[in-house]
Amino acid sequence: METKTKTPPEEQFFFTTDEPEFKTKEMLLNMGPSHPAMHGIVKIAVKLQGELVMDADIEIGYLHRAMEKTCEDCTWNQATIYTDRLNYVSPIINNVGYVMAVEKLLGIEIPPRGQYLRTILSELSRIADHMTCIGAAAMEMGAMTVFLYAMKGREFLYELFEDYCGARVTTNATRVGGMPADLPDGWIDKMHRALKEERKIIKEIDGLLTCNRIFYDRIKGVGVMKADDAISYGFTGPCLRAAGVEYDVRKNFPYLVYDQADWSIVVGTEGDNFDRYLVRMEEMEQSARICEQLVKKIPDGPHSVSDKHIMLPDKENTYGNIEGLMNHFKLIMHGHGIRVPSGEAYQAVEGGNGELGFYVVSHPIEGEEEDGCASRPWRVRVRPPCLHLVAGIPHMIKGDMVADVIPSFGSINMIGGELDR
Amino acid sequence: MEKSPAHKKIDEKFPDAVLDAHAQHGDETLIIRKDAILDVAQLLKEDPELQFNFLMDLTAVDYIGRQPRFEIVYIFVSIPNSTRLRVKLQSDDLYPTVKSLTPLWETANFLERECYDLYGIRFDGHPNLTRIMLYEGFEGHPLRKDYPKKKRQPLIGPGAKSSHKH
Repeated sequence: METKTKTPPEEQFFFTTDEPEFKTKEMLLNMGPSHPAMHGIVKIAVKLQGELVMDADIEIGYLHRAMEKTCEDCTWNQATIYTDRLNYVSPIINNVGYVMAVEKLLGIEIPPRGQYLRTILSELSRIADHMTCIGAAAMEMGAMTVFLYAMKGREFLYELFEDYCGARVTTNATRVGGMPADLPDGWIDKMHRALKEERKIIKEIDGLLTCNRIFYDRIKGVGVMKADDAISYGFTGPCLRAAGVEYDVRKNFPYLVYDQADWSIVVGTEGDNFDRYLVRMEEMEQSARICEQLVKKIPDGPHSVSDKHIMLPDKENTYGNIEGLMNHFKLIMHGHGIRVPSGEAYQAVEGGNGELGFYVVSHPIEGEEEDGCASRPWRVRVRPPCLHLVAGIPHMIKGDMVADVIPSFGSINMIGGELDR
Repeated sequence: MEKSPAHKKIDEKFPDAVLDAHAQHGDETLIIRKDAILDVAQLLKEDPELQFNFLMDLTAVDYIGRQPRFEIVYIFVSIPNSTRLRVKLQSDDLYPTVKSLTPLWETANFLERECYDLYGIRFDGHPNLTRIMLYEGFEGHPLRKDYPKKKRQPLIGPGAKSSHKH
């Protein structure tokens, strides 16, 4: 199929010729923040020449909730709850990233069973994330059916999360030092059924969109971000891989048990909206493969460390005997809790949108903590993949039509909670 | 401790730039002189062996009560080599000024704006150093440890003046 190539604005349109009757005034248009496709939290000021985007400026910060500051007033485990609200479409990945950073500071490694659980739950979250992105991006272009199918697909996964941790979105599914619980009975069978449904839905979406002439023409060659620019703008995740750069935290800096499964990095070539869509579609299949391989290998044994200075006791012990109650008390009450030695650690995980990094610093409060340990984080820095993607939007939409702004914006999967923190 | 390749290269070209180095928890870290950051970053980016072509993150930490008080933290990644490097600058100024990395990476633009917004660190050579998360008219830099958390900010927008009086 023939590919449309971007031509510079001056050559494409006759408006800019010197003849006065063809001259049109440059117009400044504010898209958002109260615009459904901007999710209510981003403003793009586009400079238009006719329908052509000449320049764009992006304004963010409408959803800033001082998450990083709030974490400094929490205990190490309390801060996990705030990470749910970063990328709220795949919260488990955020939970995993944060607790792994704290565990790195503590110098502990959780037992293999816990690592398998974290990996499987993270991959299921990734499917949910990509499914939401594709569904929402398609809906913004008028494909309502796809959106409904994708939401149905996400529901199967959310049910799995609910079975595991009791919540669908605000999961808080990890603890420093392990996992809160083991898998419930029958969860693995349910996961297989869910993945079967997922594959059916991916096939349906594929049938509706991939070879659809309207969809293809609308997004092929639009919103182009070439590899060099993508690197310069700090793109990671599907958006970087769509430009042909083979970078995936799961392969480049392996963590958890990703090396135990056979899967491949998905890359595109052009870095346009269509490639980003294809990369996400294929990554869902790869994630499903990882899950299916890993559930077969889950080892027996504990899912959390046994160190009583770190991990909360089981609820039977907390409510059943005095030792358990005291252990719980010593970890929960103000002035007690996990003692993390001072230091700094950066832990990155592959989030739904790219490298999600946590730079966590432990530093004792002077005069209060004399043992060189801290009961609260001194600094929790989140490296949000979305911020970089949004910063690249003006570059992507320059030279496109004003109607292409929406699909381009949809294709990067901007999530406000993570963008503004 | 043996010097890492990046440390050696920087030492060769800028002998007095690296002040300290450690690899706590396996994260390779260099503390360098504040005014050398642009040169060092360029070396890291353009060196054919190191190839730190990716600026992953830029942030700051406020160690109030310690000398020096501020640390500005850069995380570089080399995609071809799959290596990560943390570079830190230290400053005891109340409003530290460091050179901007915007000539090398586009992404430094938003990251430095955020760092300025929340920490009050100035970036010399930045094209548009304005607030990003907060609004113009916000007083103070909230991620500093001495920012009063219960402080009320002045109201902005239409009608702000009249409601401010009550």
